[in-house]
Amino acid sequence: MSQAELIQHIPRLRRYARALARDAARADDLVQDTLERALAKLDLWRPDSDLRAWLFTLMHNLFVNQMRSPSNQPLCELDEANDVPVSGGQMEALVVRDIHAALAKLPPEQREVMLLVGLEQFAYADAARILGVPPGTVMSRLSRARERMRQMLEGQQVTKLQVVK
Amino acid sequence: MNHINEDDLHAYADGLLPADRRAEVEAWLAAHPEDAARVQSWIAQNRALHAVFDEVLNEPLPLELVRAASRRQAKPVRWYRAAAALFVVAGVGFLGYGIGLRSAEAPALFATLPQAAAIAHVVYSPEQRHPVEVDAQHADHLVAWLSKRLGHELHAPDFKKQGFELLGGRLLPGETGPVAQFMYQDGLNRRITLYVRRDEAKQAETSFRHAREDGVEVFYWVDRGLGYALSGNVDQAEMGRLADAAYRQISP
Repeated sequence: MSQAELIQHIPRLRRYARALARDAARADDLVQDTLERALAKLDLWRPDSDLRAWLFTLMHNLFVNQMRSPSNQPLCELDEANDVPVSGGQMEALVVRDIHAALAKLPPEQREVMLLVGLEQFAYADAARILGVPPGTVMSRLSRARERMRQMLEGQQVTKLQVVK
Repeated sequence: MNHINEDDLHAYADGLLPADRRAEVEAWLAAHPEDAARVQSWIAQNRALHAVFDEVLNEPLPLELVRAASRRQAKPVRWYRAAAALFVVAGVGFLGYGIGLRSAEAPALFATLPQAAAIAHVVYSPEQRHPVEVDAQHADHLVAWLSKRLGHELHAPDFKKQGFELLGGRLLPGETGPVAQFMYQDGLNRRITLYVRRDEAKQAETSFRHAREDGVEVFYWVDRGLGYALSGNVDQAEMGRLADAAYRQISP
């Protein structure tokens, strides 16, 4: 594995970490820990395997350890959206905030599946390997996560409509 | 029609079904509006995730992350973001130092050219606000400045016929001294970079070579004491044509 190969994966690791951790500084710390872990464990990586999936596996393990550590609990809490980026795309700032808030309310294991599949576009089998769970578990978490997101996002729309009335 | 289960609906929303199964799911959804509404909502969720988080992909890479990926051995020291600005110059220097360590193992300086160019491409080409130090409006000054720093006359090739305009350039530290990087962009906002450094290799000239540094296509060659490497996330055939155009202008 060359430096350039590793550096190539940084943007997508950062995107996933940002969605997972919400706070940009913590997300980049997670990416930095992942890169350092990758270099320290280089001997364990098989050159014929998928480097990206391996890096996401390392990041998942670090994330799980952080979630277990009480000092890092704020990682999954919803603090006020003061550093939410304003999207340059077609999404309204309101929707951006809704997505952040809804993601933060998902249990971490559901959020991970939601993001690995919906954002990072891993195949279900790859997501299962990254998370170290059976494929059936990925599907049930995905199903729960999507339904919960749907209720939260549509529930908010209903609330707003009622306010307008 | 085979029975459609929950997993099929997710695979449909994620675009993971083969065409025939896809058609079966579409027929099912046409007859089951509640499922159709759920699937539409999931597709909208995927789109929303991309709309909110894809911009992270375009952010310039923080140098401490590039350093973390360049380190030969993991170190427990964390480089805090607050200090990052102070380390910008040192950080690029460290990157060059990292490449220098590698070149000690490599037989020839020439062998390190495509990788060094690809790293510089990956670090600077996503930059939105400051992709270059000197922009193309001051092209004459840019070329004169970089020529002076490299101690060798340089030319910025013209890729207008290929659809790429000069954005500008910057000076970078390299393993054997200063390096010039010229950056170009096309109408689709794709960027290519030309990395130029002194290369006093014994061989006076080398033919065109191609390397792929994990997604970055690099064409490189040495001509009259300068090593050139053209890098881009553009398909190999198009990169080949661009490199050919550069080669013809620089080494007629």
